[in-house]
Amino acid sequence: MSSYVIQQLVNGLTLGSLYALVAVGFSLIYGVIRLVNFAHGDLMMIGAFVTLGLVGTGYVPWVLIPLLVLLAGFLAGGTIERLAFRSLRNAPMITGFIVTLAVSVALQNLGILVLGGQPRNFLFPDIFRARVELGFAQVAVIDLVIPAVTLLLAIALGLLVKQSRLGLAMRALSENLLAAQLMGISANRAVLAAFGLGGALAAIAGLFWGGKYGQIDPLMGLVPGLKAFVATIIGGVGSLAGAVVGGYILGLAEVAFVGFTPPSWSGYRDGFVFVLMILILLVRPQGLFGRDEEERA
Amino acid sequence: MLRLERVSVTRGRTRVLQEVSLEVPEGEISALVGANGAGKTTTLMTLSGLLPISAGRALLQGPAGEIDIARTPADRLVAAGLIHCPEGRQIFAKLTIEENLRLGAYLNRDRGAVQRLQESVYSLFPVLSDRRRGRAGSLSGGEQMMLAIGRALMAEPRVLLLDEPSLGLAPIVTEQIFDTLVALNRERGVTLLLVEQNAMMALEVADRAYVMAEGRIVESGSGQELLERQSVVTAYLGTGA
Repeated sequence: MSSYVIQQLVNGLTLGSLYALVAVGFSLIYGVIRLVNFAHGDLMMIGAFVTLGLVGTGYVPWVLIPLLVLLAGFLAGGTIERLAFRSLRNAPMITGFIVTLAVSVALQNLGILVLGGQPRNFLFPDIFRARVELGFAQVAVIDLVIPAVTLLLAIALGLLVKQSRLGLAMRALSENLLAAQLMGISANRAVLAAFGLGGALAAIAGLFWGGKYGQIDPLMGLVPGLKAFVATIIGGVGSLAGAVVGGYILGLAEVAFVGFTPPSWSGYRDGFVFVLMILILLVRPQGLFGRDEEERA
Repeated sequence: MLRLERVSVTRGRTRVLQEVSLEVPEGEISALVGANGAGKTTTLMTLSGLLPISAGRALLQGPAGEIDIARTPADRLVAAGLIHCPEGRQIFAKLTIEENLRLGAYLNRDRGAVQRLQESVYSLFPVLSDRRRGRAGSLSGGEQMMLAIGRALMAEPRVLLLDEPSLGLAPIVTEQIFDTLVALNRERGVTLLLVEQNAMMALEVADRAYVMAEGRIVESGSGQELLERQSVVTAYLGTGA
């Protein structure tokens, strides 16, 4: 393989990781309360600016920053749930959906108000830009860090959902709200946890986004958020593994589209993503890992 | 143990319960019978704190004094030992049998105790034990009912509300389920409130029974009395009784 192809592959895996991190949150939240949270992508923006702020202080060592960003994302996700969505728990689905759009627009405009509309250069330690020799190719450190951390976080989340008491409560709620309540499960706590965990992963995706592409702005969460939602749909809404796989499929496909078509086509990359989604849904309407709803008896 | 005092419940614009008063005494089996749509399920949902009460009072005798059901979140009622085994079983079909049972003891943080409870449910229903890692949705109707009861037992109920445990089951399975329930009451002292369409069967085991129609209690007495009362027999038990 030429080094060009390998570089495209690496770019695809990195972009796919970012989509996967955000997509997992979409799926988790949808799984627990059947809400498509369009404000979810904007938590990326929050994570990116929290990183920038922490770096800007000059006091916080770099090893602590990712942990603080995870925490900030958890708190932001939880706060949004508490303030915007809890009172809508029994409202019709469409109401919740509209409110997520409203929260998204509000977060973006709050970002513009506080941070200004201009893109900012992202401060990131040079070590991540260094290139390492892998034998067959040279790769930037950050392109190794992003997929590795993504997979670790995805596995950790998977274990949490499969093995822990909280995860069991989430799966029970996801399947049958009434019965879960009869078990003594507090829906509020599990929903808060889902928003918090999703927020933490999206925030770390924001940190990575800044590190990879070098610039951040208050609207940066919008398009990646929509694409991560596409990844969720491709994987099958509600399936965490599906969201991860969908993220990588989308990232690789998008980079391949840009890398292997004439340069004049690259402006259509966003359009291509949605066409891809439509094609996959034509073949598998429930997504790759989705189960038929009828199966829930 | 449980008491409703002139409780009314409204859903939308319809009043689905009208001044319902009933009592479920500790250690007894009480039965609630009546036609479809009479308000039996609504009564149970109200008792377990899932529906708002528009008038009257609902009280649970907790381990530490009386609890006002209308002012207590549903999970706190579960913690106080009020367990509801809902209509249509409502097991978690996608989860394993073992996970279903563990969910029954969700509020119990003592792992050893949960393990012991689980084993006692398995010894009560060996068929569940054989398939503990299988998905609950793969069980037959009767097995799912056993799982639903087993799951309720995991919570160590002080009072157990059962909604139509015989629905859709073969008579022989129904009989087995009823035997289990009566044994629970006699041997472990679990207070039962049984909602049944199979009124004959429910009245035969009930110490106390209520007949509902159109959101009201229309008859009450001991199970035996109601079985012998002509108006109940003709209206609810058919002519065969």
